[in-house]
Amino acid sequence: MTVTAKPGEVVASDLITVFVDGTEVSVPKGTLAIRAAEMIGVAIPRFCDHPLLDPVGACRQCLVEVPDMGNGRGMPKPQASCTLECAPGMKIQTQNTSAVAAKAQKGMIEFLLINHPLDCPICDKGGECPLQNQAMSNGAGESRYDGVKRTFPKPVSISAQILLDRERCILCARCTRFSEQISGDPFITLVERGALQQVGFYEDQPYNSYFSGNVIQICPVGALTSVSYRFQSRPFDLVSTPTTCEHCAGGCQLRTDHRHFQVKRRLAGDAPEINEEWNCDKGRFAFRSARGDDRLTRPLVRDNGVLRVASWPEAIDAAVAGLRAAGTQVGVLTGGRLTLEDAYGYSKFARAVLGTNNIDFRSRPHSAEEAAFLANRVAGRALDTDTLSYTALQGAKQVILVAFEPEEEAAMVFLRLRKAVRKNGLKVVSVAPYASNGSVKLNAELVATVPGTEPEVLAGLSADADTIVLVGERAAAIPGALTAAADFAERTGARLGWIPRRAGDRGAVEAGCLPNLLPGARPAGEVLARVDVQAAWGVDGLPTLPGLDADAQLAAAAREGLALVVAGIEPSDFTNAAEVREGLEAAPFVVSLEQRLSEVTERADVVFPIALIEERPGHFMNWEHRRRRVNTVIEQPNQPMTDLRVLAALAEALGRPLGVRTARQALTELDELGVWDGERQPLARTRGVAAPAPDELALATWRELIDGSRGNDNEPALLATAKAVVARTSPEVADAHGLSDAVTIAGNGGWLTLPLEIVPGMAPDTVWVPTHAPGTPLSELGLVHGDSVTVSSPAAALDRGDGFDRGEGGVA
Amino acid sequence: MTDLLTPVLSENWADERAWKLTNYERRGGYRALRKALSTTPADVMNTVKDSGLRGRGGAGFPTGMKWSFVPKDNPNPKYLVVNADESEPGTCKDMPLMLASPHTLVEGVIISSYAIGCAYAFIYCRGEVLHVIRRLQQAVREAYSAGYAGKNILGSGYDLEVVVHAGAGAYICGEETALLDSLEGRRGQPRLRPPFPAVAGLYASPTVVNNVESIASVPSIIDRGAAWFSSMGTEKSKGMTIYSLSGHVQRPGQFEAPLGITLRQLLELSGGIREGHELKFWTPGGSSTPILTAEHLDLPLDYEGMAAAGTMLGTKALQCFDETTSVVRTTLRWIEFYKHESCGKCTPCREGNWWLVQILSKFEAGKGEEGDIEKLLDIADDMGGRSFCALADGAVACLTSAIKHFRGEFELGMKTPAWELFPYERSALFAPATQGAHA
Repeated sequence: MTVTAKPGEVVASDLITVFVDGTEVSVPKGTLAIRAAEMIGVAIPRFCDHPLLDPVGACRQCLVEVPDMGNGRGMPKPQASCTLECAPGMKIQTQNTSAVAAKAQKGMIEFLLINHPLDCPICDKGGECPLQNQAMSNGAGESRYDGVKRTFPKPVSISAQILLDRERCILCARCTRFSEQISGDPFITLVERGALQQVGFYEDQPYNSYFSGNVIQICPVGALTSVSYRFQSRPFDLVSTPTTCEHCAGGCQLRTDHRHFQVKRRLAGDAPEINEEWNCDKGRFAFRSARGDDRLTRPLVRDNGVLRVASWPEAIDAAVAGLRAAGTQVGVLTGGRLTLEDAYGYSKFARAVLGTNNIDFRSRPHSAEEAAFLANRVAGRALDTDTLSYTALQGAKQVILVAFEPEEEAAMVFLRLRKAVRKNGLKVVSVAPYASNGSVKLNAELVATVPGTEPEVLAGLSADADTIVLVGERAAAIPGALTAAADFAERTGARLGWIPRRAGDRGAVEAGCLPNLLPGARPAGEVLARVDVQAAWGVDGLPTLPGLDADAQLAAAAREGLALVVAGIEPSDFTNAAEVREGLEAAPFVVSLEQRLSEVTERADVVFPIALIEERPGHFMNWEHRRRRVNTVIEQPNQPMTDLRVLAALAEALGRPLGVRTARQALTELDELGVWDGERQPLARTRGVAAPAPDELALATWRELIDGSRGNDNEPALLATAKAVVARTSPEVADAHGLSDAVTIAGNGGWLTLPLEIVPGMAPDTVWVPTHAPGTPLSELGLVHGDSVTVSSPAAALDRGDGFDRGEGGVA
Repeated sequence: MTDLLTPVLSENWADERAWKLTNYERRGGYRALRKALSTTPADVMNTVKDSGLRGRGGAGFPTGMKWSFVPKDNPNPKYLVVNADESEPGTCKDMPLMLASPHTLVEGVIISSYAIGCAYAFIYCRGEVLHVIRRLQQAVREAYSAGYAGKNILGSGYDLEVVVHAGAGAYICGEETALLDSLEGRRGQPRLRPPFPAVAGLYASPTVVNNVESIASVPSIIDRGAAWFSSMGTEKSKGMTIYSLSGHVQRPGQFEAPLGITLRQLLELSGGIREGHELKFWTPGGSSTPILTAEHLDLPLDYEGMAAAGTMLGTKALQCFDETTSVVRTTLRWIEFYKHESCGKCTPCREGNWWLVQILSKFEAGKGEEGDIEKLLDIADDMGGRSFCALADGAVACLTSAIKHFRGEFELGMKTPAWELFPYERSALFAPATQGAHA
């Protein structure tokens, strides 16, 4: 029999045997002594050691005695078990069996404490502090130190979010190693020497990393704290709940801590297959957006043109009356915030209750080609860790990024790619207009690509079965890109992954929140698929008319009297914010299910307040097609209503019961429905757009992780760490148009002025701007990736009378 | 008496402008290079191995063997790095050598590089000694002009680039891996080993790191043969070496003699302890080697002799202190040095030295307390052999040996300030600039 090991799997022949405190333990070759001890439940105290960081051996806390290296000879000095690789037959004696090791460890704790303030009672870390805990478990009860302690002014800001209390720091270098090794943002480093060594930073370049919060979590003392949580709570007063992050499609495990019915902080959870032990700053710090004064707590109905507070029965009656009047002339826009169960609820509500296929989750640039791609390649796929997962990314030889910036759009994908680049020599190829900060940190090979030409560029690349192609959400804005990616994968044998940007997107595809898809990957236009669903739902019939996508629904609302049921959307997320507003404005009837006041609720006829993510259970499906559980963090006597419960109430009142009102029921029903095993909807090829005219440039754009999104509201410290808002173009374009430090970009009748960064090596005739910078979302101009624009210096724009003023944009 | 001396490295130090190439060549300089290039690198390596030359930086590792650890099949370039960061307190052998006769080192670098098979050699010189760096740079320039370095050296087809790099003044950069980090442009802090520099050193490539004196000894070994070299010294410590005498001696300075000479002999050569005083204690090789006393005057100053006495040969920096010197004060000054020079990377060295200075300051002021001597020894026990590199080992070596030999003085330090027991002006070699400055 042949045993074939999967990548990363250990086969017996790789194992070696060592003895920890006399207990025999078999470990993979290369295992560190401290890990071998963990395997038999022996905890050796440690500070600098972290399993996901390279060993450093700096704190010397984990000293053990090695009476036999496996060759009969002992080590003369105690060894740091965090840097000591196990050798066959090695004998390791920890503090449990070696007086030398126990004394060495005790001495080390004493050393660490001589310059450490005894401010545990007011320190945020007190109660969950490795130094405090290990001083109790492995230290002497009392200090013999009666000298002068080293002090520093406190605290210093190493970024707008992260504070450093240097006197608490024990110089374990976890934070600096994280920044260098994991996130690749080496903006903090150890400086000075001796006891005056300290974590230092460059004042002109603060520690603006998307991953900065992790350094707080891995700090073994209270030296690093966040502006947003500092002095907010004591660890032992918090209740912790494991759950899943609601921001992007990464599916990060979170630990959410709450007190007094409020989330106080969020930490990265431990999920080795997904986010390992990390998360991004948005996932960690952005959780108060709906906790402001604009939170909805009671239903609203429009009365003589003005929204007023209403009771639930009144609001339901009002909504039902409006929906009855609309009949099937109604559309459903669900957005990207929904759990899988909620998305299923909307999908069923649209089809079985409202009788329409007008449902779309895509509150962003989208296309029919994308809908077909999702139906053909994404819907109904199950998690297969070997082929398409974080683990698979780590094991791949090449990853090609098409219209996808992992650091901005899926931060954990970025970290995993970076790990693979660092550890396994993964080659990353980025089909993008320029080498972004993230690409540089991935050591990616840039294929400088003019927006719109991605399909042709991709076709010219080479790949094999060890390649994974990742496409992002903006591929939908590039005619032919998604089809080209599918073709490319087919032709080369490469694996293809679609990584949407929002947590609810993948689940929405699965639940059928698309005009062309029913739940479980069933084509809405396929009669057998409809019969399937019809039978499961026990309804007489399902709509047969093709549905409208989100843009078409809004156009129909504006011009053909389509009513709308809207979950979480923002006009500025769409291609053209003005058209969205126009649609919402003109729609005869709008029902909004929202957490907080928004541009939609302002225009809605009935508004239902919906539970926050921490107030309800469910699942998100991440880009791997993996279901990630969302747990109710805050239980309260009157739990706020979920989308599902509101939809169930409306359906009931409309006389066509939804059949599900809890997340559990919805998931059970979706699972019972299963996945379509029939023919998939074919890919829909779209031809590329014409190249820009000679005096025009192609617009490149993507969303940045920390941008003007409403999800970042009420987090000023987080927003202050956002990247500077700039436009980028090549030196050639700058020369040709006389641009230096600012640029005015005009297109589609509007214009925008931004500071300019000139990027050598950028794709020709291209200008990049962030999609959703605070205050200047591109959707206000109705511009998307690949559109043609003109550029000029702000002064020239003024001369022409474009009305430029103070770097803001406008619509002419 | 003077026939005890064997000037080889220092033979030309007194020559007129000894540092100039022409003057170096006049004495047969670069003859060894021609000889080496006419044989194979393996022959050169074997000659050095046979000579029994051991590292002169302190640890005494056989130089030829170190060279042979460089893997032959590693595709990366190989490097020779000369550790010229001489900073051990009391040590001043490499600086005078490079100042007086930089070509001795440069020739050694070229021959050694040829033996190792490297195309780049670096001399990492302590940054504070600007005059030495200038001499070295000048010598390297001259060597290039004369065809001893650069492309196709002396028509042999062998290429070598020699780079003089100035450090930034950190004691830790004398530790070879910290030196490599510093040379790469990083902060000088010791690296995790393994991998050892021979496998992954400078720029993660095989690297030989040798002390100045070791490399400077190579030309004479090639020129005069391994047998000549090994005829000097003792059984396991072959050859001549430079001893640096300092402190309360009549004529301090460098004395080049075969390994195994005794301090008594060296003191006779240097005119003895200053007039009217007697030796109290001394360091065999800088402050990082445990101190010895007058009873050790006749021990052979070689690797084995010093190890047998519980100390180390180290850098052969013989600092001599007479009876006017306070051991407590001396130890405090040394520990202050280690506190200042601790790189901060690991806990015991960083915190331990910080703590020791505070306790020793109490002893100096006559304010030591009951139990403080035991505390000092216990802290030393928690530092020694626990730290990342050997810096802390060196620090506690002077402390524990001081307590071992002069515990009584520490006990007096619980009652009487050191400046009363040993008025400082009495141990000064020069009159204090201003009187009463202490009060």
